[in-house]
Amino acid sequence: MSDVPGDLKYTKSHEWVREEDDGSVIVGITDHAQSALGDLVFVEAPETGSEVSAGDACAVVESVKAASDVYSPVTGEVIEANDALADSPELVNQDPYGDGWIMRIQLADPTELEDMLDAKAYEATLED
Amino acid sequence: MGKKTVIHDVHVEQGARMVDFGGWDMPVHYGSQIEEHHAVRTDAGMFDVSHMTVVDVEGPAAASYLQHLLANDVGKLTSPGKALYGCMLNEDGGVIDDLITYFLSDQRYRMVVNAATRDKDLAWLEARATAFDVEITERSDLSMIAVQGPNAREKAATCLPEDQREAALSLSPFFAAQLEDLFVARTGYTGEDGWEIIVPSDRAGELWLCLAAAGIRPCGLGARDTLRLEAGMNLYGSDMDETTTPLESGLGWTVAWDPRDRQFIGRDALEAQRREGVPRKLVGLLLEDRGVLRAHQTVYADGEGEVTSGTFSPTLSRSIGLARVPVGAGDTVEVDIRGKRLTARVVRPPFVRHGKARV
Repeated sequence: MSDVPGDLKYTKSHEWVREEDDGSVIVGITDHAQSALGDLVFVEAPETGSEVSAGDACAVVESVKAASDVYSPVTGEVIEANDALADSPELVNQDPYGDGWIMRIQLADPTELEDMLDAKAYEATLED
Repeated sequence: MGKKTVIHDVHVEQGARMVDFGGWDMPVHYGSQIEEHHAVRTDAGMFDVSHMTVVDVEGPAAASYLQHLLANDVGKLTSPGKALYGCMLNEDGGVIDDLITYFLSDQRYRMVVNAATRDKDLAWLEARATAFDVEITERSDLSMIAVQGPNAREKAATCLPEDQREAALSLSPFFAAQLEDLFVARTGYTGEDGWEIIVPSDRAGELWLCLAAAGIRPCGLGARDTLRLEAGMNLYGSDMDETTTPLESGLGWTVAWDPRDRQFIGRDALEAQRREGVPRKLVGLLLEDRGVLRAHQTVYADGEGEVTSGTFSPTLSRSIGLARVPVGAGDTVEVDIRGKRLTARVVRPPFVRHGKARV
């Protein structure tokens, strides 16, 4: 059974979002996603300063087998990317909700988060 | 639901993630593809390859039939048990399949062909056989387990009948022997030492469990793919198919031109291509930049080419691939990866052999 922390928001495409106090959000991929992908060997995070819209493919995670897009859950500006993933993509496998975070986005519209899945709703999508 | 090998339920119990592979439900990994890969490079791993098709060719004309059918020449096989790798071509010189042929006796050969090409292969074999006094028999009663890695033979030997162990361990590379009900071949698809064991299907599950108990790690087809690519071995359907000749696929060494009067299927087309100049070649690529080479990416090198197989190499910790490029391609090329042109060095496979980097 995969880990779905209760304090995060989720997308159907298996990204998670953590709200920070300063109005930005941290984004990563879920434990379910990293497990399905298998050993990650390459992460291409977006460039700092780039503008992203909700639903955009904005990062790429590659396992030995295949490349998969990561979709931005929100609209805003990428203010930080996790540089550690360039040398250690396996952090996403080892700690998907912690050291394996992918990017930090300054929200254009904070109410956007209200439409996202909570842990319970996300867990329900995994059971389908 | 795909077809299942007789070991299927054991794989599931052992935690395998199953995927469709050419119509078969096969293990892709048992947790970590990379760890399975390293197990084969440094110790011992095993693969259920029962989806592959075993075909026996028997009869007075078995040798002359195969000399007509295959671009490599079974006439080279003079010692019983010796194996030969090569291609079966169509009249245009395109590759119908690549396969291993084992010489058992003058009137008896065994071939192992790919799973995804089974139907067309068997139809082709049957159709070509009508002019020869041979019998073609698909051995669907047999299963196949590959044990690979520097310690694989030693560990696997404990699962053989005691009085057969010495015979098995004394097999030279690329030789096979029938040892009671097991057909043991010192061949493989990983670039490591090891055996491919053909076993009656009703005994395959038991053999798999014995091998696991002997310390051989179950590995999925995911690791099999990264291992074969590091070893510079082609995958049918990706690196060559009916639209490419062996000469464009890094397989010129498997074409036996002598004796010159051996009329194998596709010979005229290959000779014509050789006369006119082979336009493309299959090369190894080592990605210099960060990223991962994948099949179908465009290669820029004295014209355009294409990546045919690409992956991350667990042994080299960087991306490697095979690509079909114009024959004039130089030492470095550019590859289009998601709109960016990254630099790759052209190398001669294998990338890794017997656990060691070769590039």
